[in-house]
Amino acid sequence: MDHSSLAGRIFRGVALALVLVFFMFPIVWILMMSFQTNEQILRIPPHILFEPTLSNYQALISGQLRTTAGNLEIPFMRNLMNSFVLSSAAVLLALLLGVPAAYAFARFKFRLGESIAFTLLSFRFAPPLLVLLPLSLYYQQLGLSDTYFGIVWVYQLIALPLILWIVRGYFEDISPDIEHAYRLAGHSWREAFTRIAVPLAGPGIAAAGLLSFIFCWNNFVFALILASADKQPVTVGALAFVTASGIQYGQIAAAIVLSVTPTLLLALYAQRYLVEGLSLGAVKG
Amino acid sequence: MLPYLLSLPALLVCIAILVPFVTAAVYSLQRYRLNLPYLRGFIGVDNYIDFLSDPAFWNTLRISLVYTALTVVLELLLGLGIALLLRRPTRFHNAVSIVLLLPLMTAPAIAALMWKLMTNPSFGILSYLVSLLGVHDFKWASDPSSALFTVVLVDVWVYTPFIMILLLAGLRSLPRQPFEAAALDGVPASFVFFRITLPMLAPYIITASLFRLLDSIQQFDIIYAMTQGGPGDRLMVFQVQAYLEFFQYTNVGRSAALLMILWLITNILSNIFIKNWLRLRARAHGHG
Repeated sequence: MDHSSLAGRIFRGVALALVLVFFMFPIVWILMMSFQTNEQILRIPPHILFEPTLSNYQALISGQLRTTAGNLEIPFMRNLMNSFVLSSAAVLLALLLGVPAAYAFARFKFRLGESIAFTLLSFRFAPPLLVLLPLSLYYQQLGLSDTYFGIVWVYQLIALPLILWIVRGYFEDISPDIEHAYRLAGHSWREAFTRIAVPLAGPGIAAAGLLSFIFCWNNFVFALILASADKQPVTVGALAFVTASGIQYGQIAAAIVLSVTPTLLLALYAQRYLVEGLSLGAVKG
Repeated sequence: MLPYLLSLPALLVCIAILVPFVTAAVYSLQRYRLNLPYLRGFIGVDNYIDFLSDPAFWNTLRISLVYTALTVVLELLLGLGIALLLRRPTRFHNAVSIVLLLPLMTAPAIAALMWKLMTNPSFGILSYLVSLLGVHDFKWASDPSSALFTVVLVDVWVYTPFIMILLLAGLRSLPRQPFEAAALDGVPASFVFFRITLPMLAPYIITASLFRLLDSIQQFDIIYAMTQGGPGDRLMVFQVQAYLEFFQYTNVGRSAALLMILWLITNILSNIFIKNWLRLRARAHGHG
């Protein structure tokens, strides 16, 4: 492509501007809405300049929504906390289960390892409801349907394959010679794993953990089916809030902003790992 | 012994996934309705055979395939275009590619709510903008004729960055030599694109599209949050239909059979994907 021609440069500039507008506008617009009162939102034509208000956020944080029809309780802060608890617990569990397994898969070539790795990978591509619907019946029988643990357990479906496959790639890139030398010096296998292999794969483990956190946080269908009202994360809670309040558009916008802020910040922080993680390491450069 | 011990926890998780999966397969062969438990019993493949003569099933299959084809093709074209625009690794281009990740990192269910606010008929900014263009009363997701367009738009907004980021990584890892040689020889840009860039990028394009294909045919979040499969049965894709069969009509057997068919489709697709993925991975390791 000719970079120097003026027409070409103008075309590229305009195209990039259009791309940026299309992908950024919704985020900017919802952010603006979240600082507007309902009256300001309902104005036609919409105003770009307005007097910002924090009332939407105040209502969400206090959990009390005063409307002309009366007071409405919104458990949104609870949803936000549930998202934090569920996603963090799920990622911690997945790291505990996944990192040693990833190490085993990378260092020892054994049949069972390959089978497990591929079973998990293929379930990454299976329809989630196929597992979730029977599971919801089991959960009712087992008494897990109303617990954090039950949800954290199914979140392993999201987090574990991601961690297993990314971290395995990192372990494979570390030469086993260092560990061998360390073990020849009289250290046990476990010391070689915790003192040499894990620190060296640290960036990969951190990246896999962050990505899993984002995906657990963004998940909707698992909690929709398995979580009772008081255990719901923000994705399900926001939808329930829209259904319940209907016309409190400012608060809905504020709820959206609060639900996406943590993952967007994490994504910006971890962006250089995202490519690998998103492709499960397929395009490792 | 050690490797087995280390992978034991992961194995347990596998089993915990396989049990409900096998259960679903068994349910799909049963007459099983939650509201009529005494009628429960094996009926062989009757659930599947019933689908053949059921217009609702063919509607689901058709909508799912159309949705998948539209989203994958649009996202691929747009993603490739953006990746080409951002190809040179300047500081500005890198900043743009990072900012474009944000829609991808937004929960799809929440993204649907964002677009729902923007397409609200009474105050939505997009409804206002199309009215400026002379299109009044455009109903977006609540009108059968524009519902598909609207959810496809949201899907494109969320997932185009995925294709873009993969293809950008691919583009930037291509060897420079063929391009430099072509520039020296004064080969026209279109020839370079179709005969050099595109073939060399093909493995990345295949990987990215298969990934999207698998996710798209199973789309649930965006459609459920936006319209719950409506208006009517206009957006009744596989997983939304299966969800409603289960929770609204309490027909576990039928719901399971529907999901088994979806699983069969995705399994064929994911096998192609995994083979291709392994080839790429082997190649990457061969070089590094």
